[in-house]
Amino acid sequence: MRRPLAAACIWIALLAVPFWLPLMGGYTDLATRALIYAIAASGLNLLLGYTGGLSFGHAAYFGLGAYGAGLCLIHVAPSLPLAILAGTVLGGIAGILIGPLVMRRKGIYFSMITIAFGQMFYFIAVRWNGLTGGEDGLTGFSRVPVQIGGHAVMLGPERFYYLVLAVFALVMAVIWQILRSPLGHGFVAVRENPTRLRFLGVAVERQIWVAFAISAFIAALAGALNALLTGFASPDNLGWQLSGSFVVICVLGGMRSVWGPFLGAAIFIVAQDYLSSITQNWMSFIGLIFILAVLFFPQGLLGFSRLKASR
Amino acid sequence: MSLLKLENVSRRFGALQALKPLSLSVAPGELRAIIGPNGAGKTTLFNLISGFFPPSSGTISFAGEPITAVTPSALVRRGIIRTFQITQVFLSLTVRENFRVAAEAALGLQLRPWISRATRAQVEAKVEELAEMSRLGPKLDRTVGEMSHGDQRVVEVGIALSRRPRLLLLDEPTAGMGDEETSHMTDFIRRLNKDQGITILFVEHDMAIVFGIADRITVLDNGALLAEGSAAEISANPRVQEAYLGAAENAA
Repeated sequence: MRRPLAAACIWIALLAVPFWLPLMGGYTDLATRALIYAIAASGLNLLLGYTGGLSFGHAAYFGLGAYGAGLCLIHVAPSLPLAILAGTVLGGIAGILIGPLVMRRKGIYFSMITIAFGQMFYFIAVRWNGLTGGEDGLTGFSRVPVQIGGHAVMLGPERFYYLVLAVFALVMAVIWQILRSPLGHGFVAVRENPTRLRFLGVAVERQIWVAFAISAFIAALAGALNALLTGFASPDNLGWQLSGSFVVICVLGGMRSVWGPFLGAAIFIVAQDYLSSITQNWMSFIGLIFILAVLFFPQGLLGFSRLKASR
Repeated sequence: MSLLKLENVSRRFGALQALKPLSLSVAPGELRAIIGPNGAGKTTLFNLISGFFPPSSGTISFAGEPITAVTPSALVRRGIIRTFQITQVFLSLTVRENFRVAAEAALGLQLRPWISRATRAQVEAKVEELAEMSRLGPKLDRTVGEMSHGDQRVVEVGIALSRRPRLLLLDEPTAGMGDEETSHMTDFIRRLNKDQGITILFVEHDMAIVFGIADRITVLDNGALLAEGSAAEISANPRVQEAYLGAAENAA
């Protein structure tokens, strides 16, 4: 009974963000960014928390989503839905192609090879000046109006927030459905005991590949939305530091819970926004929060509350 | 007609000859024990049959078909299922979740992101069936990692049953168990063999169990076949007494 109630409260609070956030000194784009990071981290968590694959390269798919969306707006057509689709498909296909190259690696080797592929895309973005704008990043696109029923609707901060919220809800529904299906049960079984699963006749590597690909699609979707939020795609969107942030977000919020990445993202983004306004060394404070969280809540913040509830 | 047949199968690891060429044949419906001192090659033999690694020489056939270089998952689909010396289950899941993963794997649903109500009912029926066979019904919602060692091993055998094995390989099924747990497991093995007609090959150190339930016994020593026969034949065999039972007495 308690869990559906808590979820309902979160959804109501999210729907009302444009009304209460400014009263607390926030601004709508901040909440939008938190949701975008929550989408990316939720996608990563399908691989990290549920399948047990520690990827330190998921910013690659996030960044490809961002560049894909930007390039589509500049070179293909001024259409928002098409840009989101293009970015998602670009990052997702990269995930499908890279999956087979990482799925046989275990433990630290899995993490290292995911970093390596992430950095590969980072350097491509930095070097390929003509297409990507190099180190300055890709600019020259913005949120174009969306055609709804013959009207051109401009998406200001509030409307764009609701678009991102709708996408977040969709992603959460997809993840929820996967986790209650045989596919999701298989992911968890890979994390728990790949040997046992293999000797039940399941192709463990293929299961990891599917988890990797789905999580890449979701990260790319978040990246495309991020490019539309900022009107900008930068090589930092692809780099290992952002990949690390996604991992921190999952661990902070709780990897064994569907709401964990959301909670982690909200804390991370709010802390980043607040701390970076008072000190340049905001990263050290994020690090401190992370260390305290890992020391005192090793299951993540939501893991802690769930443990307490079950006792 | 034998269900499982090994002909001159051997395995070496570098300079170590873990198993010298041996031939072995198991009839359908048989309950066969493999015994031998530590290092005799029992687990190596299991690993060869279950496809964990291929033999260095020789051929293995199952139900008349060669399976010498077949992968573990393909062997599982043919009905050769094994358990491990160190229990291999999904520890942080409940018994029900363990059985559900096994049932879904057995039904080939592992990549399906959604299933129909009818398929879900099929999975649940299979879970109930496994719970009944393993007699773990009352403990279905317990987390496996918090259960006793004996119960965990029963869960492992229950998982293995999801595939309706034609040949079940049990590696030291009663290792580390107390008396009560041991007799539960022994009953379970006998039930599976007699009631379900599953051919079972098991490695075991507890001689009371081996001589109590096995139809036939294969004795390995030093990577070679020492003797094979019924319980009476094996206990009367002077070579076995000398090499194996004598060694056990010395150790004790």
